[in-house]
Amino acid sequence: MLSVLIFLPLLPAAVLAGWRGVPDAAARWTWVVASAVEVVLVAALWIGYQGPGIGYETAVAWIPAAGSSYHVGVDGLSLPLLAMTAVVFLAAAVYSLAEQNRPRPFAALFLALQTTCMGLFAALDLILFFVFFDLSIVGMYFVIAGWGHGRDAARSALTFFLYTFLGSLALLLGFIGLYVAADPHTFDMVELTRTAPLAGSGAAGGLVLTAILIGLAIKTPTIPFHTWLPPAHTDAPAAGSAVLAGVLLKMGTYGFVRIAMPMLPDAWRGYATVIVVVGVISVLYGALVALAQTSFKRMVAYTSVNHMGYILLAVGAAGIVAGTDPTARTVAVTGAVTQMVSHGLITAALFLLAGVLADRGGSYELDAYGGLAADTPRFATLTAVAAFASLGLPGFSGFIAEFQIFAGSLGSAPVATAAALLGILLTAGLLLWALHRLFLGPRRHELPGVADVRPSESWAIAPLLVLVLLIGVFPAPLLDVIEPASRAVVELVAR
Amino acid sequence: MNGMQEDTLALLPEMLLLAGAIVALLAGSFLPRHRQWVATLLAAVAVGASGLAALAAAGGAARTIYESSYAVDVATTATRIIVAIAALLSLALARPRITGSPRETEFAVLVLLASLGTVVLAGAAELLVLAVGYLLASIPLYALAGWGRDARGAEAALKLYLLGALLGITMLLGIAVLFGVGGGTTYAALAAGLPGAPAAAVALGVVATLAGLLFKIGAVPAHFWVPDAVDGATTPAAAFLTTVPKIGGLVAAYRLLVTVPDTVVDWRLLVALLAVASITLGNLAAFTQDRPRRLLAYSTVSQVGYLLMAVAVAGRSEQALAALLFYLAAYAVTNLGAFAVVGALPQHDTLDAYRGLGRRRPALIGALLVCLLGLVGTPPTAVFVGKLTVFSATWDGGMQWLVVVAAINTVASLYYYLRWLAPAFARETASAATGSDGPGGTAVLAAIDTRWATATALVAAVLALALGIAAGPLLEGFAP
Repeated sequence: MLSVLIFLPLLPAAVLAGWRGVPDAAARWTWVVASAVEVVLVAALWIGYQGPGIGYETAVAWIPAAGSSYHVGVDGLSLPLLAMTAVVFLAAAVYSLAEQNRPRPFAALFLALQTTCMGLFAALDLILFFVFFDLSIVGMYFVIAGWGHGRDAARSALTFFLYTFLGSLALLLGFIGLYVAADPHTFDMVELTRTAPLAGSGAAGGLVLTAILIGLAIKTPTIPFHTWLPPAHTDAPAAGSAVLAGVLLKMGTYGFVRIAMPMLPDAWRGYATVIVVVGVISVLYGALVALAQTSFKRMVAYTSVNHMGYILLAVGAAGIVAGTDPTARTVAVTGAVTQMVSHGLITAALFLLAGVLADRGGSYELDAYGGLAADTPRFATLTAVAAFASLGLPGFSGFIAEFQIFAGSLGSAPVATAAALLGILLTAGLLLWALHRLFLGPRRHELPGVADVRPSESWAIAPLLVLVLLIGVFPAPLLDVIEPASRAVVELVAR
Repeated sequence: MNGMQEDTLALLPEMLLLAGAIVALLAGSFLPRHRQWVATLLAAVAVGASGLAALAAAGGAARTIYESSYAVDVATTATRIIVAIAALLSLALARPRITGSPRETEFAVLVLLASLGTVVLAGAAELLVLAVGYLLASIPLYALAGWGRDARGAEAALKLYLLGALLGITMLLGIAVLFGVGGGTTYAALAAGLPGAPAAAVALGVVATLAGLLFKIGAVPAHFWVPDAVDGATTPAAAFLTTVPKIGGLVAAYRLLVTVPDTVVDWRLLVALLAVASITLGNLAAFTQDRPRRLLAYSTVSQVGYLLMAVAVAGRSEQALAALLFYLAAYAVTNLGAFAVVGALPQHDTLDAYRGLGRRRPALIGALLVCLLGLVGTPPTAVFVGKLTVFSATWDGGMQWLVVVAAINTVASLYYYLRWLAPAFARETASAATGSDGPGGTAVLAAIDTRWATATALVAAVLALALGIAAGPLLEGFAP
């Protein structure tokens, strides 16, 4: 069942890639239908999931001599991310119904990319995880290089590929370190989580964690490894940006809770303070640099650095065990996972809106517009809702996530949490200012006759925001799934 | 008498290669030019039979034959099979280039003889057999490099020959020294004799013997022939030259070095440093290449470095041999696939000429994508599993620093492979479109039927993927 969910998109991807005669419209709709089926499958998976613990587990020998197997399963950490991935990809598919530039290979590429993302979140074997991690980079490289619209799309794509590939190799080094330390040698995540082979090994554990942290930090990205992100986003097509920020960045943060924390608990505790500090700096720096942007899309890209910083703060705080309450730490980790889902949905919506903006106005520059609220009321409404959700207004999922992060981290890292609160203020300010510049004031733009959001774009963006709102108002179904898993992570870190 | 019989049959794969070479040579002498393909076909059949014979004999207990001078074990069997597959692919990808040439048969015969040499090199468990293998694996290559009979081919052959002769002599010197201090020429005798020998003499012997093998595998510092030979020789010869000798050379190095106690000579560090030098220099030099063949030439230098990593931990990590053999198999098909793409596009001589080809030749460029990303080590291709197992074995063998260096270099290698791939998938510009179909000699070249090379590229790409996905059983089979 889970394997069907992972590999199903490959089938239409292969057909679309191999059969050149497919009409464009058929290619677009094939993509939408396949993504919709994925959403239905993931919903069925969610309904059938009997937590806590790993569900839908499959383990088949793959490369036994190298200690690797095809081992997949879902739990409270991965299920919400799988669902978010399916939703974001569906949104990208619906949004791309208007894609004019070679829609057939575009759809094939995204479907293949979806397989890698689904596979990564379901993987319970480090090599399997790495395979999907690397292939997602390759897929995204071709999205940016092939469909990017900036002058420097090829260069941005290259930077993205090289930088994140460096991260993936750092990750691989860490994985090999874990593999060699385990007795018998294995890449199995469940086994490595159970035995934590480098616990008590001193420096070795620290070095392996350093490698893994660098790998994940580049992907997340955190300060100082974030420099690939703004150019990649600036030049990527809207659907690509949505998937990149919505899904691919979560691979890094997911790695923290899935791999780094449970498999290297004592090293994680030793590094907790560093992680908290990096998180807080990411929060503040991301917000400040976003404030300075003149381009709407770059601004949204930097708010991603800011939002990922909160996740780091939470997982770092969860590693400060001494004198703190495990319940609070569980709340922090739950908040971090909720933030992954919430940020995925919100930022995907924002990037799709940025795509609409550039499609009609021909520019991402905030100062190129003004008074859009009168000309494009639906666009203004959607953007305003997405921006309010992004700044963490109560009633939206971002609030649920960030509130839990702050509540859970305050006990472990009070100063850092207080500093990070400042980030909320900055984000609120910068998003409101951006809205102000875009939608109010005198008109500075020339728009075509029908400039407002088209139905296919509305159908892509609005459901994302409805989900954000639903999670914000009724978070219980989501939190009930995440909470047991994050409690397990907190217990594993504290052992 | 009975034992002799058995021993002879143990060499059936080698004998098939030799017989194939002789039969092809004779047949080629009597066949008219337009039927020369029959000779090539005979050669291919012999190679295939040799591989099948090796496969049939696989799984037997490891042993040495002919008074411990030749080893028949997992490593030899694997070499026989990998060499057979690589030779078949080489013959196939050479079709467009050699068909109709007056020297078509010679090409096939030389390929077979060099393949035989490389297998002997791998199986050698005695210093003199090693020397014979070296010569048998080298001399046909000199002729192969100059097979095109043009000025550049002559230069390639000359460079190859000079360096090969020099390092061959060095190797013989090393063998003499090792015999002198070790008190025997079989590896079994050396393993017994070397621990008590003077360290300086052993070091000299090992380094000098290794020099010949480094030449065969094209590793730093014996890599100078690689770019010129690859650039000067014909594409199929270059493909063969950078693939098959490495298989025998590395297995021979592995076999030789495990007999030398690392307490007497720290050859592990030496090999590790050579690995680092090969990877790094190969990468640095490949950065600035504008022509696919030179780029591939330097890429093979860097690939050899990764292979040497497994040799550096030979005997210390139980995974090392399986990792080496698997990486060799993966490298052979992937590298041949990349060269086959070059062979299928003879008129595209620069990286820029590949611009926009992704749209016009999607299958071929797809094969190029698989092979080049494979050489980087992107999963799920075969070289990824090769790198993974080699890295694991090296880490396990206590050389973590080497793994870190190799990993950083892998990122660097991505850059130049992408310099090739990026234009291929980029949109076509006006200048590139006219450039590739422009006037001049290209019209003549375009008339060549390159279907064989294209098919070889596709087969190699599929193999590179299949080996990666189904790596499990193969790795089990390679475990000693």
